[in-house]
Amino acid sequence: MRIGVITFPGSLDDRDAQRAVRLAGAEPVALWHGDHDLHGVEAIILPGGFSYGDYLRCGSIAALSPIMSEVIEAANNGMPVLGICNGFQILVEAHLLPGGLVRNDHGTFVCRDQKLRVDNATTAWTSGFTWGQEITIPLKNGEGGFIADQETLDRLEGEGLVAFRYLEVNPNGSLNDIAGITNTRGNVVGLMPHPEHAVEAGFGPDTADAMRSGVDGLTFFTSVIASTLLANA
Amino acid sequence: MLFDENLEFLVPTIVVEVMPKAVLLDPAGKALTGALNRLGKTTISEVRIGKRFELTVDGPVDAQLLAEVRDLAADIFSNEVIEDVVSITVVNDGVAGETH
Repeated sequence: MRIGVITFPGSLDDRDAQRAVRLAGAEPVALWHGDHDLHGVEAIILPGGFSYGDYLRCGSIAALSPIMSEVIEAANNGMPVLGICNGFQILVEAHLLPGGLVRNDHGTFVCRDQKLRVDNATTAWTSGFTWGQEITIPLKNGEGGFIADQETLDRLEGEGLVAFRYLEVNPNGSLNDIAGITNTRGNVVGLMPHPEHAVEAGFGPDTADAMRSGVDGLTFFTSVIASTLLANA
Repeated sequence: MLFDENLEFLVPTIVVEVMPKAVLLDPAGKALTGALNRLGKTTISEVRIGKRFELTVDGPVDAQLLAEVRDLAADIFSNEVIEDVVSITVVNDGVAGETH
């Protein structure tokens, strides 16, 4: 399976996302923001970073990139799309996911291993988790506060579209402790924490078993491989 | 040259102003308010920080261009989830070179 990772000007974690795809057993394909070509990939990752220096609003200028017209079309046709951190911000600016992300309520950048609860284990990117499963992956952002109007929040909660919720600490003032959401179809998922940084023992968050042994992020990528195989079966 | 000696716009210019929604916490404004209070400026109870866009345009500002700018302000310059477009002002419409 070929999974595309888009590099925008200012992307930081595109290579880490490619590495995560490889470790999960798929072939990463580097995609370029200025192209109008998805190179035949079956899923797309919008990586973390600071596209266009966070100018205007985080993700807003990247959302206007040439390749985003293909991404939006593919997403609307059901292709799995994962937005991580800045990628999540790009997805909300492109209106593929509702709500917005604003500066952390405490005003400072936060970087920590973050415990999350999986609140939707049916999406293309979360099917390998169990409902309510607690996972720990790194979080690092300055503008990760999820907000939406009450009507949108009610809809997200009512339709089970909150995919991940912060546990123990709300690191950025997100409403309802929301860390990540999905669209109704379950193919588009965005979250502020970084699953691609928790995919290989020795380089992940600490666990009760051993230092840096956390690989909870790997399940995002194995999930999309499994759900795509299932869809093609 | 964009400005004359009084810093008035010499070319047709439209100014768009965008503010964070009043119901939202504005951490940047809050941090500045805190600093002002520490300086003893206690009569200033709150500062909110927004954005100002100055659009230099070719040719006179007409209704069609203004409508286009209104759309851009709503769709690109601001994000309606977190911000409001508070004003769109023609500061020089390019007609007879007058500044308004």
